[in-house]
Amino acid sequence: MIKNDLVNRVADETGVPRAQAARAVETIIDVMRQSLTRGSRIELRGFGVFLVKRRKRGIGRNPKRPDEQVEIPPGFTIRFKPGKELRDLEAPGAGTPPAEGAPEGTQSLPVPGARA
Amino acid sequence: MESERPVASRAEGTTTKADLVEEVARAAELTKKQAETVVDSVFSGIISSLRSGQKIELRGFGSFKLRLRGARVARNPKKSGVKVLVPPKKVPYFKPGKRLKELINEAEPSGPGSDSP
Repeated sequence: MIKNDLVNRVADETGVPRAQAARAVETIIDVMRQSLTRGSRIELRGFGVFLVKRRKRGIGRNPKRPDEQVEIPPGFTIRFKPGKELRDLEAPGAGTPPAEGAPEGTQSLPVPGARA
Repeated sequence: MESERPVASRAEGTTTKADLVEEVARAAELTKKQAETVVDSVFSGIISSLRSGQKIELRGFGSFKLRLRGARVARNPKKSGVKVLVPPKKVPYFKPGKRLKELINEAEPSGPGSDSP
């Protein structure tokens, strides 16, 4: 799904004319980008939190040539912590996820911190 | 209508939905109420796209995907660290886009001016 699909979806769902829906999506992206550029976090209830984190210089490795070290410059990265609604993605009934899932033998054990 | 509701416990420098709603209302010439519906619709659209197993790509910002996290052994923090087997599950993952990465590294957050390249 790309921006256009999202705009169409929003227009259909809210009845807001497409041009305005497009402007709205554009604005949301813009405001979020500006906020992260300033270093401020974004907190969207239910959806999640975006944080700007400092990344120290590190040594990475080229997965294709594992014996070569590659320097990763220090800088900032973004960490996204999914909120409740995004964590419950595989909730039963919510669109069956393809294939993978807990293996049959694994009894569903309580997942720490999954639910309050 | 324009009740200046104090945003409860809003940490300094945190952008919330209220901020998005305000900007959307202004930029798209919508009422606050319409803008709120639109903002909600945007994020629920992203959620349902992921829910149906589809990734979503927002040019200039980033993309949201699902990643499979393998089974692992975790500890129950409430029961003095009893080991529990956590089954594999899909977790949402956000990958910042090129433009966004450049932006956050150009302008040092919380730092002063950006003289760096």
